[in-house]
Amino acid sequence: MLSIFFKRLLLAIPVLLAVASLTFFLIKLAPGGPFDADKAVSPQVLKNLNEAYNLDASEWEQYVDYMSGVLQGDFGPSFRFPGRSVSEMIATGLPVTFELAFYAILIALLIGISSGVLAALKRNTFLDFIPMAIAMIGICVPTFLMGPLLVLIFGINLEILPVSGWGQLPGDKILPSITLGFAYAAYIARLSRGGMLEVLNQDFIRTARAKGLKERNVVIKHAMQGGLIPVVSFLGPAVAGLLAGSFVVETIFQIPGLGRFYVEAAFNRDYTMILGTTIFFSAMIVFFNLLSDLASMWLNPRSRDV
Amino acid sequence: MSKSSTLWSDAIYRLTRNKAAMFGAFILFILILCAALAPWIAPYSYSFQNLELGASPPSAAHLLGTDVLGRDLLSRILYGARISLLVGFVATGVALVIGVSWGIVAGYAGGKIDSVMMRIVDILYGLPFIIFIILLMVIFGRNLWLLFGAIGAVEWLTMARIVRGQVIGLKNQEFVMAAKAMGVSNFSMFRKHLLPNILGPIAVYATLTIPQVMLLEGFLSFLGLGIQPPMSSWGTLIKDGVESMEEYSWLLIYPGITFTITLFALNFFGDGLRDALDPKTTDN
Repeated sequence: MLSIFFKRLLLAIPVLLAVASLTFFLIKLAPGGPFDADKAVSPQVLKNLNEAYNLDASEWEQYVDYMSGVLQGDFGPSFRFPGRSVSEMIATGLPVTFELAFYAILIALLIGISSGVLAALKRNTFLDFIPMAIAMIGICVPTFLMGPLLVLIFGINLEILPVSGWGQLPGDKILPSITLGFAYAAYIARLSRGGMLEVLNQDFIRTARAKGLKERNVVIKHAMQGGLIPVVSFLGPAVAGLLAGSFVVETIFQIPGLGRFYVEAAFNRDYTMILGTTIFFSAMIVFFNLLSDLASMWLNPRSRDV
Repeated sequence: MSKSSTLWSDAIYRLTRNKAAMFGAFILFILILCAALAPWIAPYSYSFQNLELGASPPSAAHLLGTDVLGRDLLSRILYGARISLLVGFVATGVALVIGVSWGIVAGYAGGKIDSVMMRIVDILYGLPFIIFIILLMVIFGRNLWLLFGAIGAVEWLTMARIVRGQVIGLKNQEFVMAAKAMGVSNFSMFRKHLLPNILGPIAVYATLTIPQVMLLEGFLSFLGLGIQPPMSSWGTLIKDGVESMEEYSWLLIYPGITFTITLFALNFFGDGLRDALDPKTTDN
């Protein structure tokens, strides 16, 4: 296990290096410099600025300089917010985004697994049809529609929950977390239903039942370990989706997280911020994929030798 | 000569008996028709403004109401359908071409070539592509064709995996070996012998890719990084609707309903197609 982990980790390094380099040179392709502001700056000021941000060096020197900074956790200064570094902005936004993603995934796992397992056990009854119909809605209603609709219903019409912010008013974390978590609850419900149905038909479950085990033990101890593998393997790629979801949710609810910073940076053409966050997001996603692969390997002994 | 029952005639029979799938197909048909005929059936032009009227709730003159600039919402939804469906189909087409060629070559070549090609797919799978699309849109400007290409370039990975798996299954069958023994060139092997035999899974996956692509476009347009005004897709209509939903909720609700129904229809149809072409996966 451990050796696989390190092997995969080693493989991730060249991948991340390639991503970082590609992003760096892509950004250099972008038309216009970072200081092409609305107001024209005098050539002397521009020269000083370029010097201060090391933009007068050759691209290769800038690249080497930037990369060695990244390795030390320094993503350079933000071009739009003078005096703030990209690392600082990541450090401010990340905890917020993590908290949001954590609540969302918690909601998704609780609702998704319980309704999926229940649907599989009570197959072809109302307890199967209704959650699966709701899951279909969760998959078909995009986050950027679900969020505003929830705001419209609970925030504006019923006036029971705050419509924006994060941690300022009581209950203002509820709507964003549900918005982000709902689609995942739907996917997880479908995956766990499918996984459970497959496992429940297998011989070892019949054996466990024949031994006279309580149904609850059969389900929790025997069926769920195998039946939930699809859910675990889904969680890694889901992190990438959660990230994209956080762009939308943080924009809708005006949450000062990394997702909103990224979207703002994209609008403002804050190239260093885009570059830094892209590298950071990629590293995070590669890492979470690795974790989820390892977790499914651990749960499924058959795939361990591969 | 009696009619033989082929894979496709069987599949069509099963598909026509699947009510949800047929309902999806019906909705899709209507939508495509509406999108194609938008200039003739839309009551107003999508950019016609009636500033005096401003935002008005649904009425006889404007069935779905008007937006803050007095533009007819029904007409804008009809024209938006053109863009949204176009993105869905074109980007899926791009994904299809890349994915199928990649998968066929990898699966048929086998050995080192295969492992290198699939390794590349594995690596690309693990990257945050949504961010790269945003990056491309920021760097090269928000261009419609770039959007098609970028989305298509992201969605081909799964297709390549599916096609490769299918081709490996076919490669060792007698008819392929016979064709090879007869000296059939690689290209006609792909086109005449392999491709027709994997059309089923390709059709299924393509149908299920379209809603994903449309979601992606909606997502980008919602953030303001996709389709730019005065053009509008359903994503931009939803974005506009959100901005004024407190007073004029219909501006959010009608585009939202249209978008959701379309996604439902595509998913139902895709699921039905999968069940029809591959009865094994049906869980009955």
